[in-house]
Amino acid sequence: MVERRRIALRVNGRELVGEAEPRMTLADFLRDELGLTGTHLGCEHGVCGACTILLDGRSVRSCLLLAVQAEGHELTTVEGLEREDGSLHPVQEAFSEAHGLQCGFCTPGFLLSVVELLGRHPDPDEAVIRTWLSGNLCRCTGYQNIVEAVKLAAARLRGTGA
Amino acid sequence: MKPAPFEYVAPTRLDEAVAALAGSDDAKVLAGGQSLVPLLAMRLATPALLVDLNRIPGLDEVRFEDGTLEMGAMTRERNVEELPGLAARCPMIAEAVALIGHVAIRNRGTVGGSLAHADPAAEWPALLLALDGEVEATGPAGTRTIAARDLFVTYFTTSLAPTEILTRVRLRLPPPGAGSAFAEFSRRHGDFALAGAGAVLALDADGTVADARLALIGVRETAVRAELAEELLRGERPTDEAIRAAAEAVDEALNPVSDVHASAEFRRHLAKVMARRALLAARARARGGGEDG
Repeated sequence: MVERRRIALRVNGRELVGEAEPRMTLADFLRDELGLTGTHLGCEHGVCGACTILLDGRSVRSCLLLAVQAEGHELTTVEGLEREDGSLHPVQEAFSEAHGLQCGFCTPGFLLSVVELLGRHPDPDEAVIRTWLSGNLCRCTGYQNIVEAVKLAAARLRGTGA
Repeated sequence: MKPAPFEYVAPTRLDEAVAALAGSDDAKVLAGGQSLVPLLAMRLATPALLVDLNRIPGLDEVRFEDGTLEMGAMTRERNVEELPGLAARCPMIAEAVALIGHVAIRNRGTVGGSLAHADPAAEWPALLLALDGEVEATGPAGTRTIAARDLFVTYFTTSLAPTEILTRVRLRLPPPGAGSAFAEFSRRHGDFALAGAGAVLALDADGTVADARLALIGVRETAVRAELAEELLRGERPTDEAIRAAAEAVDEALNPVSDVHASAEFRRHLAKVMARRALLAARARARGGGEDG
């Protein structure tokens, strides 16, 4: 058996340490070693986008990274989006209000993709939104309300909408 | 856990990575992992050792000046996409890179990884071929340069030795004023293309074609230059008829297969359509605007 490695990393602002065999994906490590089960696994080979997280501020598929590769890096998962007072992140609020989810399985991946999108494009048009979210699959909504939720979140984060 | 067990090293120096590769007869190089990790997850790849290049500093340096775009092999595709001025200088590269997977894939995927993986439907091999590029590879015997035409052997196979690591990629940009474009057709946004084409057209002052480049993907064992089509255009006026004839002439460069995604005949048809679209867009840019004429 291949030896387990010690992995120290920063997740949602906290320094954490865990252990994993080299073959363990970052997604499995987050869920099974760190107990952060908000990151969901759909296809486990990079197609569905459900496991999307931020690595050093950029969206990545956590099923396409090995846990050992995250050593020393900074991660944001859906658990890290809520505000210090426990209230929802504006993107989460917008998804809730605009009905941007139904079963919710794909939602954590969408949320992290949208956080990166709005960090780079504060006022994206619909084409930009759809291009940026093309790597996240949703089997419930038909995407219309997800796009509406992104527009709502963008307006609020710009401070121009209510 | 889905992948089979493997040993893992993440050296911080290139020579250590080369030594690690040379010390195993069943090792794989891990770059961005956007192709390799799915293969591991499906156990289509079961290497004994993974040599991770992500901890080696300097392998992601980019130099974009005058006539050259030189990229370390570990340059992320998103970093190429975000290079200021690249879309204006060579739209073919910008358009092709934007067609690779999705944002989250391009945030990790690397230029060198894509070239070394040599998927016949991937975009980077076509860019390397169209721009007469070359790569550098380092192995136990030292560093050598490999021209684009000598790199791709067949499906997912390059002329790199198992102990060599692709380290740098150099593209020769078209002359200023040349037009270029990339067009591809895929079933869904971000999928690998059923067929695609990258085109460069440089025009003389009298409007005739000084140089033409046309590279195709998804149509045979490797990406390929459509040399007959290029020949037909050089020295000619790039009329709609001339471009249509050139796009038809890509036929000799094709050897498509039928699979669950498309029949060989459909791929053959798409290759010609994509070639025509890329050439028309390249012509419009070379003329500084108008699509027609």
